[in-house]
Amino acid sequence: MKTFDYRTATGLADGLEPGAVFLAGGTNLVDLMKLGIATPDVLVDVSRLPLREITDLPRGGMRIGSAVRNSDLAADHRVRTAYPVLSQALLAGASGQLRNMATTGGNLLQRTRCRYFMDATMPCNKHLPGSGCPARDGDHRNLAILGGSEACIATHPSDMAVALAALDAVVQVDGPTGQRSIPVTDLYRLPGDTPERDTVLEHGELITAVDLPELPVAARSTYRKARDRASYAFAVGSVAAALDVEDGLVREVRLAFGAVAPKPWRAFAAEEALRGRPATRERFAAAADAELRHATPLRDNAYKIALIRNLTVSVLASLVPSTEPAAQGPAAQGPAAQGPAAQGPATQGPAESATEEETR
Amino acid sequence: MRLTVNGAQHHLVGLDPRTTLLDALRERLHLTGAKKGCDHGQCGACTVLLDGRRVNSCLILAITQQDAEITTVEGLGHRGAPHPVQQGFLDHDGFQCGYCTPGQICSAVGMLDEVGKGWPSAVTTEIPDPNGDLLTDAEIRERMSGNLCRCGAYPNMVPAIKQAAGR
Repeated sequence: MKTFDYRTATGLADGLEPGAVFLAGGTNLVDLMKLGIATPDVLVDVSRLPLREITDLPRGGMRIGSAVRNSDLAADHRVRTAYPVLSQALLAGASGQLRNMATTGGNLLQRTRCRYFMDATMPCNKHLPGSGCPARDGDHRNLAILGGSEACIATHPSDMAVALAALDAVVQVDGPTGQRSIPVTDLYRLPGDTPERDTVLEHGELITAVDLPELPVAARSTYRKARDRASYAFAVGSVAAALDVEDGLVREVRLAFGAVAPKPWRAFAAEEALRGRPATRERFAAAADAELRHATPLRDNAYKIALIRNLTVSVLASLVPSTEPAAQGPAAQGPAAQGPAAQGPATQGPAESATEEETR
Repeated sequence: MRLTVNGAQHHLVGLDPRTTLLDALRERLHLTGAKKGCDHGQCGACTVLLDGRRVNSCLILAITQQDAEITTVEGLGHRGAPHPVQQGFLDHDGFQCGYCTPGQICSAVGMLDEVGKGWPSAVTTEIPDPNGDLLTDAEIRERMSGNLCRCGAYPNMVPAIKQAAGR
């Protein structure tokens, strides 16, 4: 590990010298420093700043201090009842130990687990701009099908961020140029030609809180994660969803996908295809297709299209109240997408296969 | 800098800021109970308690923990007076080679405290349910998933932990 100076931040207005980075829980940053991927000159420890409160916002909703630990946030009674998708997403991630360490702000700013990014001996446009991307022809089984570029197809690894994207959460930032608010859906950049920058944050800007708006539909929400083992693994695909159904019609819906893009992927097109429409499995599948038709899978990750489609159908169906006459029929079997993505047998599986995958 | 470990305060002179809590415990304080397995937060062998909460000591810089109360497996019990979790592992043969065991035990102690606070896990289905059993086999397996055992001694750890919890 490269040497560095260490100091504790005493206030939000401290600022950040060139070459310095903030340290919070350290679960990702310390690991990346050991790997030689992160090489800060100075660590500024923000874990003692007074950012550990979860408070009610005056006009409804909640403010989560950025230093609130993932385990405390997941266990918060208000979160569990008003925004269960957030608690579930947090608990689906990492381990008990890591959740005790990791903070809300740090979770948002964790970096991709793409194997080429994590290996300092490999080319990677994210850790060494201009060095190339071996993933396109190499190991990309768990990399992006949406939002990637020629330069980078890394996925954002956070489960929590997927739930926050679905919940219209807003990140509060303090920095050298003052305070600003950024919707979580706008916090992350798509890679384009500059994949080295994950977010729109400027040097020295610190996330101080994440605000959850009052969102009645969120009381009926859930998170479903498919992964290669039953626990303690990153997602290969995940869905965060909230759904309100009345008289068989979708009154309100929130939908976001994880592990498919460089950012938590809010499925705006799918939501638009659902509002006011019948809450049936066929419609749920068609809505997922509306979002996934722009997918550009590579050799080994086209399975994610079927996986996300089937997870979406399964998750939304699980949120339809039992009193509603919907989502009882067999899974829709139509083509998963209209582009080249639709080719291949993996896109035709029954809707429950994703569930079986997850619980295996 | 100072570290408070198992109730005793230690002053470490000339500690490099790069030193992880795990390395400080093992190499400077010679508390070799916590093990270095993967050294990347993926195996749980380095688990210790920080102010009572279980954490991976390999991903924590020692310099950041000068105000914390650290408990390692050495601080949980003694020969002849083991901690209930240690006794459970003995009674149910919850280990084979033993390398992951200190981490498993510290993790189980922290986990039982979390259960006592009513914290949910990924397999907890009932939302706030005071009568919900947070120590079913499935709950224990999920809550302990941050600790790997390459010997595969998992099956006996489940009853070991249940016994420690008084089940």
